Amino acid sequence: MFKLSEQGLAEVKKELNRYEAKDSAIIPSLYIAQKENNGFITPDIIRHLSQVMDIPEARINEVFKFYTMFNQKPVGKYHVQVCTNISCALEGGREMAKHICHELGVKFDEVTSDGRFTVSKVECLGSCGTAPMMQVNDTYHEKLTPETAMNLLRGMK
Amino acid sequence: MAEAKVLTEFYHLPEFQTLAGYKAKGGYETLPKALKMQPQQIIDEVKASGLRGRGGAGFPTGMKWGFLPKNGEPRYLLCNADEGEPGTFKDRMMMERAPHQLIEGMIISAFAIGSNKGYIYVRGEYVYPIECLNKAIKEAYAAGLLGKNILGSGFDFDLDVYRGAGAYICGEETGMISSLEGLKGQPKLKPPFPAVQGYLRKPTIVNNVETLAAVTYIIKDGAQAYRKHGTEKSAGTKLFSVSGNVMKPGNYEVPLGYPLMDLIMKECGGMKPGRRLKAIIPGGSSAPVLTAEEVAKANLDYESLAGLGTMLGSGAVIVMDDSQCMVDMLGVLTHFYAHESCGQCTPCREGTGWLNKILHSILEGRGRLQDIDLLIKVADNMKGKTICALSDAAALPVLSFVTKFRDEFEFYVREGRSKVKGTTYAEMHH
Repeated sequence: MFKLSEQGLAEVKKELNRYEAKDSAIIPSLYIAQKENNGFITPDIIRHLSQVMDIPEARINEVFKFYTMFNQKPVGKYHVQVCTNISCALEGGREMAKHICHELGVKFDEVTSDGRFTVSKVECLGSCGTAPMMQVNDTYHEKLTPETAMNLLRGMK
Repeated sequence: MAEAKVLTEFYHLPEFQTLAGYKAKGGYETLPKALKMQPQQIIDEVKASGLRGRGGAGFPTGMKWGFLPKNGEPRYLLCNADEGEPGTFKDRMMMERAPHQLIEGMIISAFAIGSNKGYIYVRGEYVYPIECLNKAIKEAYAAGLLGKNILGSGFDFDLDVYRGAGAYICGEETGMISSLEGLKGQPKLKPPFPAVQGYLRKPTIVNNVETLAAVTYIIKDGAQAYRKHGTEKSAGTKLFSVSGNVMKPGNYEVPLGYPLMDLIMKECGGMKPGRRLKAIIPGGSSAPVLTAEEVAKANLDYESLAGLGTMLGSGAVIVMDDSQCMVDMLGVLTHFYAHESCGQCTPCREGTGWLNKILHSILEGRGRLQDIDLLIKVADNMKGKTICALSDAAALPVLSFVTKFRDEFEFYVREGRSKVKGTTYAEMHH
């Protein structure tokens, strides 16, 4: 049964007092919980947040399911999100995504056997002028080639 | 005509990101002047400047502000920093390199419209821009530029950043308001417009990052100085995000009315060696595509591009050279819109999915010639029939790609492979 840490709980309570509408705290609180649960949200978490925030589970659940930045299944320690939208596609983003999967021996959205990486294809991340790119956790890496992307990933312990 | 740097003059200076660096270049000098003006004077100046919303719709900013009720009820200022339109990356640069420029523009705008509370709604993936903004907001509070009684003027304004969570539709102003309210980011039917009933059903003005940043310049030097740039109906400068197959992709600030071909060939260094220009999407992925011949006639202003059946949009210029397969590229776009439809309106939810399925059946060699006309029929039936413009955004690229590059679609259906690449989709991407 998931429970927020003391710090996480304090952060959620802070978010609840931050906005004029309590529901505005749902998205920030999902971020807090996702971070504490190694990058993904479970039904347990929704239930816990519902109790902590005094907001119905269904309300939190509909927000959770709507937004792509909340993961519905486990991800690796490094979540590698490769943009495959038009500007990146024009500069080889799709081929780069395929190369990374091949090198890591996984299909898209699978976790590598050592638990380190998940590779996902994502829509435009606003790095169109520095394509192709990938986001690893919170950090953007731009102007990549399949080789430089793999070198970066190999350096991540 | 070279770049006209009204907003971006000091963006190359790393210190411009900080309060001290911004102040060293005249930052926050306009704020005391603005706070001594009558709010209506500021609104009138913005109206006189001809500033139009830089997020995509191009609606006159001063006129939008004028829609607020005059009854004095609390109202909000919401900065649209969601920036999800494929090809667009200008707001990110502005937030990273000049967060105080946005903050100063927001304080002045808030004073003009009588708002004491503002939010900057930033797309969730923009973690670094959010850090830059939060740091700058903290500096501004410490310097008495935000909060109670700003610079002794008696005006209070609180500003906060709200992090989105990954949904293109939250860039639409009512979808953004829904998201800020802690709901699914689904758009609402207009009217009522946000200026009358927005965040928490209170009057709300939603403006883009670039729009709000421009307000400071307009108040600093006056509407006429701003009007010296651009054209009669498209005043000022605009940031254009250029991406795709050019030598120097990036953000370029040029006066509105600047020739599109000059932007590509002069500012961006032209095409890559041995390549010819094939097509350009001039205003973000939802804008109808232009052929190279049309590009030669296009100027970067609202009227010129409308005259060519496309739009300025967010100013995202996506360049394609002669190595690109238009069927493949349209497949990327139909996938995007099908993925991003919020699902609320049937013509959009079903239409975007249907377009994507037809397109991919062609790409996978299962297409029929009648599918090409079916694409047009489905897209035609999606336009103007939904709560927001996502349905139109999905339909317009389809109509323009299929109409202007029909031979590539017919070849693909007949041969089961790309006319340009000579290969099948599977060979290209699997």
